[in-house]
Amino acid sequence: MNAEMSTNLITVYVEGKPLAVHAHDSAAGAALKAGLGYTRTSPVTGEKRAPYCMMGVCFECLMVIDGIPSRQACMVRVREGMRIERQTTVGGVEVWP
Amino acid sequence: MQNTAECVVIGGGVVGSAIAYGLAKRGVKPVVLDEGDNAIRSSRVNFGLVWLHSKGDGMPAYGFWTRRSADIWQQFSDELKDETGVSTHYVKSGGLNYCLSEAEFETRSETIRRMREQAEKDPYEARIIDRAELMQLMPRAQLGYEVLGASYGPHDGTCSPLFLLHALHAGLKKHGADYRPNSPALTVKPVAGRFEVHTASGVISTPKVVLAAGHGNMPLEKSLGFDVEIIAERGQILVSERVAPMGILPANGVRQTAEGTLLIGTTNEEVGYDVSTTPKASAAMVQRAVRVFPAIAGVRIVRTWAGLRTLTKDECPVYEESERYPGAFIATCHSGVTLAAVHANDLAAAIHQGKLGPDIEPFHGRRLI
Amino acid sequence: MNRTYDFLVIGAGPAGMAAAATAAKLGVATLLLDEQPDPGGQIYRGIESRGQAGVEKPGVSQADSARGLRLTQEFRASSAAYQAATQVWQLEAGGKVYVTNGERASCISARRVLLATGAMERPVPLPGWTLPGVMTVGAAQILYKTSQWLPPEATWIAGSGPLLWLYAAQVIEAGGPIAGILDTTPKSNYAHALRYTAGALRNRAYLDRGMALQKMVRKAGVRIVKDVSAVEAKGDEHVSVVRYHAGGHWREETVAMLMLHQGVVPNAHATRSLGAKHRWDALQRSFAPEVDVWGNLSVEGYAAAGDCAGIVGAEASAVQGKLAALEAARAIGVITQEQRDVEAAPLRAELTKHLPVRPFLDQLFAPRASLLVPRDDVLVCRCESITARQLRDAVGLGAMGPNQVKAFTRCGMGPCQGRLCGLAAAEVIAAARGVGMAETGVFNVRPPLKPVSLGELAGLEV
Repeated sequence: MNAEMSTNLITVYVEGKPLAVHAHDSAAGAALKAGLGYTRTSPVTGEKRAPYCMMGVCFECLMVIDGIPSRQACMVRVREGMRIERQTTVGGVEVWP
Repeated sequence: MQNTAECVVIGGGVVGSAIAYGLAKRGVKPVVLDEGDNAIRSSRVNFGLVWLHSKGDGMPAYGFWTRRSADIWQQFSDELKDETGVSTHYVKSGGLNYCLSEAEFETRSETIRRMREQAEKDPYEARIIDRAELMQLMPRAQLGYEVLGASYGPHDGTCSPLFLLHALHAGLKKHGADYRPNSPALTVKPVAGRFEVHTASGVISTPKVVLAAGHGNMPLEKSLGFDVEIIAERGQILVSERVAPMGILPANGVRQTAEGTLLIGTTNEEVGYDVSTTPKASAAMVQRAVRVFPAIAGVRIVRTWAGLRTLTKDECPVYEESERYPGAFIATCHSGVTLAAVHANDLAAAIHQGKLGPDIEPFHGRRLI
Repeated sequence: MNRTYDFLVIGAGPAGMAAAATAAKLGVATLLLDEQPDPGGQIYRGIESRGQAGVEKPGVSQADSARGLRLTQEFRASSAAYQAATQVWQLEAGGKVYVTNGERASCISARRVLLATGAMERPVPLPGWTLPGVMTVGAAQILYKTSQWLPPEATWIAGSGPLLWLYAAQVIEAGGPIAGILDTTPKSNYAHALRYTAGALRNRAYLDRGMALQKMVRKAGVRIVKDVSAVEAKGDEHVSVVRYHAGGHWREETVAMLMLHQGVVPNAHATRSLGAKHRWDALQRSFAPEVDVWGNLSVEGYAAAGDCAGIVGAEASAVQGKLAALEAARAIGVITQEQRDVEAAPLRAELTKHLPVRPFLDQLFAPRASLLVPRDDVLVCRCESITARQLRDAVGLGAMGPNQVKAFTRCGMGPCQGRLCGLAAAEVIAAARGVGMAETGVFNVRPPLKPVSLGELAGLEV
């Protein structure tokens, strides 16, 4: 990470693990930096998928952010304490708690 | 391109395709004339209900015709699957119509009672159930506090209208029908006991023609001696992201598809041929769905659709053979999915034999004049 | 809370920011809406944080950044209102724009609406493109711009287009690794581009810069394979190998990441949802809305500017944004037609510094035809996992275009709503039918433009 930017770090929790990221990062960027590999599974086939376009087009980065599923992680800016988790529900998001 | 045909079916939507498929299975090689990629295709804007429940209030024959279709739908679906490999996702699950207030509950009860009394034998077997029974039917569902009960139709079910059309088109191909997209019929002329069907790419001469083009029937029917008025009624539908199986029964305002998406609908609007969707209607439909299942508030809508129902004046089907020009048939209805099984079987057989029998006679358009 | 403005601009890239600032200066009540948390669009992504932090070092992107920062500052200094992190999900006739922001849905009304939704990378499905570790060059560049992210060792880039070379140069300049570039530009493109040389020479700076970037990448020792005709990503749960065909042979390289790029196309989802007329641009191989010289669309009250109306680049986009703002000011009655035309004259002159080079670039970086029609087993629709074979089978049943194919297969019915796969699916269908893209057409776009929750919809005041 660039030295000039290190002053502007915050902590997020990617799959429960703390990670220091730049305040201008997106949640998808944080997942990538955490070395998450894949960020969701296809609700159709269960295949592993990861962010592809990073600009809100492809929807491959759908993740559970602060407990809310199906968020486009590339469009969500990190916040202090944000919880970023893979979306791996087979068949789609759960409605009943 | 072949310029004579045993039979020409005008319309390649679910009504035309089901009839043509039934004819093709009976050894006829129909030519099916269809529009192109942007046809006003009611099957593409369809809730996918195979539904008896409230069909035929005031016309018991429609109730029995619908019941007949529901009775053979599973067999019809299995046959399409065997022949084409395409599943229609048909499930006869039973279906609901929710009541969210005492007033709705009373109106619903009255409708069910009235429809039961109209026929000697009740084709619907629908009944009113209370909240407790609803909860037994759907043990995982968390119902909103306003849900007092529902009417329940045991013969109701659902399918994928998109895959139904896919299966029918695959079936048409398999049985050697001559499907011609981008080839709408421009005019049909009776000529010496036969019919000349004019398209942009030529004229087809045939002894038998079936008008099954939904709204597209209107400009063609007069020349064949038909006079069936079709009213366009807009219906809007919302489609959600995929949701894990919720274990809910289909209802006419909310259901879950085999893929997991929720369908939320629908509106009844007379706005001509305008197929735009409106946030105002979306909001109203969603408000009701969320009153039934508050937990779906977080689910995301990915698509809204609007389509046009092809309604007759009494909202029941019209099937006729032209009295002036025998060999010309018309079929029009707004329940092409529910009736697909009976169209591919009973109606196709009747058209094949050239005689619409006593089951079909009540649907003659003269009742509307 | 529903609101009303004279002029609503959607998209805070160069076209949108320039339009909003221009209109606001003329006294037009203007609101700029954007999906991102900060202004800049994709080209000037994170421009303020980079500028303020003094992160940007002299180098390959310096001139771009300076321009972007100036544009952003002009916009910030203007009286135009700005609402970030806002998703537009439906456009209605009469200038009604439905949005969500902070999980609340509302309607904003405006007398004129300008769509400045920019570009997206051309979707070109290839075997293995859905594997984690495969992303677009544009995606990697966004990560670089927002947080100086550099790719891992053994990163390969495959594709064609100016952005590919710019990104490689940026990474090298920042001390990062690029192992190799698989350049899929067909050799024949160079010859075909020659006919547009006259235009290219009028905008010499674009050519000089492109050549300088390529030279810089080559000098850094990046392996460059020319005239690559096929690319495949392989791996179990993450890409580990890139396989490619060049010079008559298949070869493989071990990779940690594979980045793909095949140029950019208009992000026309919004203009298409309006039902505005679109045209097929054979040279840019994409659909773009039909616009007049002011950017007016065929739908009353709506206009488009910048790359979403046809790829023109950042600088011309900003000029188009200003022209559209003048037209909006005229339509609203703040300036006369004469004033509009006087103000527009120097802007039109400025466009000639940027537009003549386009046909040359479009032809030079035209995607390789064989890459546009993936083999049967390749997933075209990532959301619904639909293969090229399924699309071809639907065509075999008589489906004439993307909309019937979609109904038969579910291609384009996932959360991306056909944004990503739309053009790729149309290419497959056109090739299967043996007809052109103009005849084939594309998916009809249905609202909502972005998913909107039932709770948000239920709370909409209409």
